[in-house]
Amino acid sequence: MPCKVMTITSGKGGVGKTTTTANLGTGLAMAGHKVCLIDADIGLRNLDVVLGLENRIVYDITHVAGGQCRLKQALIRDKRTENLYLLPAPQTKEKDAVSPEEMQEVVGQLREEFEYVLIDSPAGIEHGFRNAIAGADSALVVTTPEVAAVRDADRIIGLLEAAELHNPKLILNRLRPQMVKRGDMMGTEDVLDFLAIELVGVIPDDENIIVSTNKGEPVVLDSKSRSGQAYRNIVRRLEGEEVPFLPLEEESLMQRLRRAITGRSS
Amino acid sequence: MFDFFRQIWGKESEGSKEAAKERLQLILVHDRADVSPQLLDNLKEDLISVISKYMEIDDSGFDVNLRRSDSSVALVANIPVRKLKRTGDTARIK
Repeated sequence: MPCKVMTITSGKGGVGKTTTTANLGTGLAMAGHKVCLIDADIGLRNLDVVLGLENRIVYDITHVAGGQCRLKQALIRDKRTENLYLLPAPQTKEKDAVSPEEMQEVVGQLREEFEYVLIDSPAGIEHGFRNAIAGADSALVVTTPEVAAVRDADRIIGLLEAAELHNPKLILNRLRPQMVKRGDMMGTEDVLDFLAIELVGVIPDDENIIVSTNKGEPVVLDSKSRSGQAYRNIVRRLEGEEVPFLPLEEESLMQRLRRAITGRSS
Repeated sequence: MFDFFRQIWGKESEGSKEAAKERLQLILVHDRADVSPQLLDNLKEDLISVISKYMEIDDSGFDVNLRRSDSSVALVANIPVRKLKRTGDTARIK
């Protein structure tokens, strides 16, 4: 199988790019694929923390790009999931320590070893973003149902198009079905109306994400959590399977009654 | 009272979502209108070639721009016409 290289990006910070990268990577590796995750956030690395690998870093992507170590020396094998590797970012260097050409070169080497390479893009639309898309075949755009996040996603979609990364796919993160129902949050359809790209997943807002990030264990490993289920569904869609979208959580009649009387959701 | 029943039946009431959608709509119109001069040039060339099928226009005086106001964006084109073709001709233009 030819290697697929995907960049996870968003424009706006804090919408869940890193969490998404960690979970999709873990999910794909659980499904038996050989996966490498690249942290492209030079100078502000986070992906290692979300995966619980922060104590294992010796070399990073700038050492590989600069020829100070071999690729294999910099790759960190995940401690839980077989077939999952991380190529970390440096925490102390300037953000232009890697050039788009060097990035392409590194990704090219990874293509020979892996089935999937997921690149975690930094926020913004400048150098770091250019690096993150330099070696990619496709892009996943993460957004939340908020005005600023959707606006930035729209900008990013335009930039991806300009960079000839066509047909980016959308992941709608932190959806709160109760709020959508109440008319206080944009729903999946609303966001799709604005962005007009293909939807590949909807992740419900879930406290389990915070718990799992605290522990450094991606939530996709938790078979009971709704967000974990949503991530596993995206993994199957990335593999080419048709998977129906999770239904929004239905409110019970009692919940509706209570809300109508008290004016609050329970 | 009506609201009470609407909520019981789980119908969407007019919440802040509508405000979000209206604001986003306007923001995106403005953001997307921030187009490159290259795009406007391409648009201009295409317009010239289409309009020239119907009338003779003055290329040099041709002006296309996006005009922004608080609530809308309009594509404004000023196209000096030199000569109109006879109406009988336009019907046959393919």
